Amino acid sequence: MVVYLLRRAAFLAVSLVVAMVVIFVLLRLLPGDPANALLSVDATPEQIAAARAQVGSDQPLVQQFATWAAQLLRFDLGESYISSRSVGDEVAARLAITLPLTLLAFGLALVVSLIVGITAAVKADRWYGILLSGFAQLGVAVPVFWVGVILVWIFALQLGLLPSGGFPRQDWENPSDALRSLTLPVITIAIVMSASLSRYVRAATLDVLGSDYLRTARAGGASRAEALLRHGVRNGAVPVVAVLGIELSTTLLGAVVVESVFTLPGLGSMLLTGIEQHDFANIQGVLVVSTLFVLLVGFAADVVQRLIDPRLRTSVSGNR
Amino acid sequence: MRRPLLAVTAAAAAALLLAGCAAGSGTTENADDATIVIGSLYEPQNLSNTQGGGQGVTEAFNGNVYEGLYKLTDDGEVQPLLAESEEVSDDGLTYTITLREGVEFHSGKKLTSADVKASVEAVLADDSKSARKSSFGPIADIATPDENTVVFTLSQRSISFLYNLSYVWIVNTEAGDLTTTEDGTGPYTLDEWKQGSTLTLKRFDGYWGSAAKNAEVVFTYFTDATAENNALLTGEIDLITSIQGPDQLAQFDGNSDYVVSEGTSTTKELLAFNDRVAPFDNVDVRKAVYSAIDTKKLLSSIWGDYGTLIGSMVPPTDPWYEDLTGVNPYDPALSKTLLAQAGYADGFTFTLDTPSYDPHPAVAEFLQSQLAEVGITVEINTISADEWYTKVFKDRDFTATLQEHVNDRDVVWYGNPDFYWGYNNPQVTQWVSEAEQATTVDEQTSLLKQVNEQIAADAASVWLYLYPQIVVASSDVSGYPVNGLNSQFFAYDIVKS
Repeated sequence: MVVYLLRRAAFLAVSLVVAMVVIFVLLRLLPGDPANALLSVDATPEQIAAARAQVGSDQPLVQQFATWAAQLLRFDLGESYISSRSVGDEVAARLAITLPLTLLAFGLALVVSLIVGITAAVKADRWYGILLSGFAQLGVAVPVFWVGVILVWIFALQLGLLPSGGFPRQDWENPSDALRSLTLPVITIAIVMSASLSRYVRAATLDVLGSDYLRTARAGGASRAEALLRHGVRNGAVPVVAVLGIELSTTLLGAVVVESVFTLPGLGSMLLTGIEQHDFANIQGVLVVSTLFVLLVGFAADVVQRLIDPRLRTSVSGNR
Repeated sequence: MRRPLLAVTAAAAAALLLAGCAAGSGTTENADDATIVIGSLYEPQNLSNTQGGGQGVTEAFNGNVYEGLYKLTDDGEVQPLLAESEEVSDDGLTYTITLREGVEFHSGKKLTSADVKASVEAVLADDSKSARKSSFGPIADIATPDENTVVFTLSQRSISFLYNLSYVWIVNTEAGDLTTTEDGTGPYTLDEWKQGSTLTLKRFDGYWGSAAKNAEVVFTYFTDATAENNALLTGEIDLITSIQGPDQLAQFDGNSDYVVSEGTSTTKELLAFNDRVAPFDNVDVRKAVYSAIDTKKLLSSIWGDYGTLIGSMVPPTDPWYEDLTGVNPYDPALSKTLLAQAGYADGFTFTLDTPSYDPHPAVAEFLQSQLAEVGITVEINTISADEWYTKVFKDRDFTATLQEHVNDRDVVWYGNPDFYWGYNNPQVTQWVSEAEQATTVDEQTSLLKQVNEQIAADAASVWLYLYPQIVVASSDVSGYPVNGLNSQFFAYDIVKS
């Protein structure tokens, strides 16, 4: 296990470096120049040159990359080209919104999808089992954006129960206000996410229900619920955990859309503004942090799978 | 697994909703201690107007946090602000400006002539990105004979000098990094800027003039107009500084809880040709394109009943405005005649570089269908704002483009042959230069009217329409500016009943 963890950590580090290079190069391939955001439609050639010198876009690419990499090694994400604010501070401030949003939505979706998925599988012949399966199918097809717009219309515009968007100026000083602002976005993500997760849970449960070991356990006198809990959960969890890891990463990336619907100043909106202004420092900061998050989640999902299923621990490949 | 589990799930979701719905804190307050929440789509890029803060920082800070020696009122008049009075020498080359007494910066330091000198020098500095830098070309020397007097010596007359000074924020010389902090003399201090969300201004108790009529102003930033509308409908914001399209108005028009005000703007939608290159180096081709476009129909398709038609670069609020909409009338037959005259009887094809944000894509499609009727094929090339800047503005690598120009008094760009659209008429260049050196406003006005008429006759560009400037506010607030010239938005007179 220790060897495996070390190997997995090395793989993670290499992935991060590759991602950094790719992010850096791709950004530089975009047409335009980060200096442009600082200039108006009557800038003189001198002003254009001054702006390029300020953001460093007049330097060779290799030098720009070296500067950035050296900063990263000191755990410094640099300064925004446009606002001159510290990228690290800005990312931290926005994670205080995006992380709770992602985790709350993920937690809610997990609870809902376990209940819905297992019910839909176990009661596949009952009307509500069929109904739940149908809802899950439908939910997968619905865009997140649309769910958000509908929820805003019902709960903010028609009923006036919740804010239509934004986040309290005092951040988490008053947690109940902050949670009010996150309620609709969390439910929006959870609805869409639980729809797709339920289908995985249902499929995994059906696999388990049809398995030999469950029949053996039932033959030994266990009720179906006992047999499921004792033998089924562990077996069914392995494929579900892999999907969960992917879904959690997807949620973080999907936050971009949800944050723009609800005007939440999280990582997603920082990325969008960064792209709009060509603010390389901000874009790179957000992408490096989110890449790290995705890699860590994948790593964690792998480890959890190995803990659940002893057969995986002896497998040779460490880079699944 | 029993059915009750389903009920538990439903209950959990309902509980979360209910927890979220627990009422937020609401307090009633005195009218002059109110917090005014303003919705805007223009977030500052940074906090300095000489370092690329953009339209957003002008909106939030101009007149609110920073003040100039002079102020451009919401009606377009120039009035003294931090200047007490000025004396102009007979030759128009020396401006002796006496400063107002008893003005303090937010940091507590007293305003002196040294601060004024340093603030103007910051606009002129090598690293300045100020849009106003070139207009101060005539400044030869700035002297400070005493703490309260600034003497500007010009190399040539500049009749717009005081007007230009209204764009210069007077900043404390000892202030820190002005892209992230402020130290001005205005009625508000910056409380906090939460990027991507809000910028909060607090009333400044040491203000030299009449105190702001509200205690706090919160600019709340949106990236899309629908979210901004929803916030006004749910009472999260009190007003919207600038409506982006008529669809946004449907919910407020005729609703007594809201007031819709249409002011005059200075933002012009242009079809700008590259006048240096064929076919648009030919005046007949430019006029043919102009006459092929039904601007009235275009304006109503984009803006419904709002907005104004213009026949040149000059909006009605500029002193040298005259109605020139008849110079290049909508007349497809005339258009075809002009094309034949220019040797393009069978039409031609050109690429229109179109910025990807509203209203440009819709305008481009409209032009495409209109020009097709006279045999001109338009290929739309959609580009980001950033690409536009590099490709069109810097490299001049374009045939024609769409762009909005927001500032007042910007007809003078047609006197600069190096400008991106490449209009080069030596007569116009001379008139623009003479107008700036005129001895009286009347003389300046009549020269710029000639410029105005000439560029229209030459169809230097197609001036499609003037944007409307529409503020929508909750009916319990009043005292907000309706014109918002050059993106200014004075907040100090806004009251909430």
